[in-house]
Amino acid sequence: MTQTTPAADQAHPLDAQRFAGPVVQCQNLSVRFGKSWALKDVTASFPAGAVGLLGPNGAGKSTLLKSLLGFIVPDQGSMKVIDLDVATSPLEIRERIGYMPESDSHIPGMNAVSFVAYCGQLSGLPATDAMQRAHEVLYYVGLGEARYRNIETYSTGMKQRIKLAQAIVHDPDLLFLDEPTNGMDPKGRDEMLELIHDLAHHKNVNLILSSHLLPDVEFTCDHVVVMDKGTVATYGPIDALKGTTGRVYELRIKGDETQFISVLRNEGFDVKDSDEDVMRVFVPGTSGDNPKVLFELAARERVQVRHVRPSVPTLEDVFARAVGEK
Amino acid sequence: MPIHDQGYRRYGGTRAGIGRAWQVMTRAGVMSIISKRQFLGLMLFAWAPFVVRAVQIYVSATFQQASFLAPKGETFREFLDQQGAFVFFVTIYVGAGLIANDRRANALQLYLSKPMTSAEYIAGKLAILFMFLVSVTFLPAMMLLLTQAIFAGSLTFVSNNLYLLPAITLFSLAQVLLASTTMLALSSLSKSSRFVAVMFAGLFFFTTALFNALRGITGRTSFAWLSPTASLEQLGDVIFRLPPRYQLSPSLAGLTVLLLIGGSLYILSRRVRGVEIVT
Repeated sequence: MTQTTPAADQAHPLDAQRFAGPVVQCQNLSVRFGKSWALKDVTASFPAGAVGLLGPNGAGKSTLLKSLLGFIVPDQGSMKVIDLDVATSPLEIRERIGYMPESDSHIPGMNAVSFVAYCGQLSGLPATDAMQRAHEVLYYVGLGEARYRNIETYSTGMKQRIKLAQAIVHDPDLLFLDEPTNGMDPKGRDEMLELIHDLAHHKNVNLILSSHLLPDVEFTCDHVVVMDKGTVATYGPIDALKGTTGRVYELRIKGDETQFISVLRNEGFDVKDSDEDVMRVFVPGTSGDNPKVLFELAARERVQVRHVRPSVPTLEDVFARAVGEK
Repeated sequence: MPIHDQGYRRYGGTRAGIGRAWQVMTRAGVMSIISKRQFLGLMLFAWAPFVVRAVQIYVSATFQQASFLAPKGETFREFLDQQGAFVFFVTIYVGAGLIANDRRANALQLYLSKPMTSAEYIAGKLAILFMFLVSVTFLPAMMLLLTQAIFAGSLTFVSNNLYLLPAITLFSLAQVLLASTTMLALSSLSKSSRFVAVMFAGLFFFTTALFNALRGITGRTSFAWLSPTASLEQLGDVIFRLPPRYQLSPSLAGLTVLLLIGGSLYILSRRVRGVEIVT
């Protein structure tokens, strides 16, 4: 469990030195693997705080993170991380960031505390400080009791936690978290999300969370960058994106549903089919505050409205609108 | 700090500058290897020839009747040749898993997400193998020279054979660099340390067998360049001012060794990356 104490939640004097500008800036970034473009002309700015990098599998999220780490050299474009150019200062950047990779990663033959302390030393901490912080972060991520066990004996959830521990042991200015809840059971997933939320909102660690899971991003982040097919589909504060002028309605009709959906789309509404023949219709503009327009269209198309209910816009709606998911 | 108060906190201490991560790697790697009893046993075996030679030097220096055992320049060449077997075993024991295990555990992306270049990673791994190989070649050979001076009670032998100092250094360096870079390159090609060990053994046995087969068929030894071991032997003869054993130009032997080292470093530069891209 996340261990937060009143003392730990207080602003630390060093927080004032925490980087506060845009943590990542990409300009016309393009990455090509063979003939296909993994990133195509991406221009985006990631503000300080917790930013979700959202998108379906293959959208280019991991490629973007790996480009920012300097693992992938882009075909064109430039990137800045905490105001340092990735092309010219990769080591200075890596000294100030923490990376939690998507896949299982560890140094073979080490127990947790040796592994985390070793990672701290690799990031420049003196051996004594690295060992002390290793114990602290292992308690923080909930592995305090298992810290002398060999990592190879850890469960998937514990391996996710140890990856987080190695990423934060040196107190980075910016964290890259690539699918941090992958393979975790619901309880472990909730605890991991609590940890990430705590890091971002109480420990003032800037982070970029790459995920295809909307609830994860919605719970932990304040901003979101939605990617699709190697491009940025939309970005901004989650609240602002959700609260775009307009309204979402849950709608169920009797009649030719396909035809009606097509009519709604022609009228400029976003429609998302959900299960049990209930569709979510986003009605943009101030007229969206009143469902009258839906009834008028239904009357015109001779379909019966069986159920209509205003709904709270979710990140899912933002995502669906951004990537045009049907 | 009491345990109940432990949580994530800011770090206000000092940090080492960039470019030192490879030393951390080497230190951790060396400590991990020497903590294994099997390896300590292997090192004891590797120093046994030194003890035998030291006794030989002592007897020859103490008893007039045993003066035929007195060391000559070529004694050191023979000693390093003998140590070649231990170079082989130590290389396999220490080197096979150096990168292969990291690849198996996806550790490369962790290492390279730290302030460390791939060249530093390679240097850190190379240094581990280098240190152990130096301790079974250069170190005992130099100590043997020192032992001779101590038992003889004079520096006459050393001053008469002053070329031995650079010769031991150069030949040991060639042995160590060839073995360590080749092994590291092979280790970067696989995720299984056992497979790497088999590849390394196969490379040396196969090339030697090929050379010997061609020698048997043609009756000539000019194909020695096909075998890294034979090329190294030829180079060693030249370095120790001995008549070359094969009909192979020393420069060609040197070129073979250099090409193997260069090729291995090229493979390492291609394989040690934070991300594997398959197009």
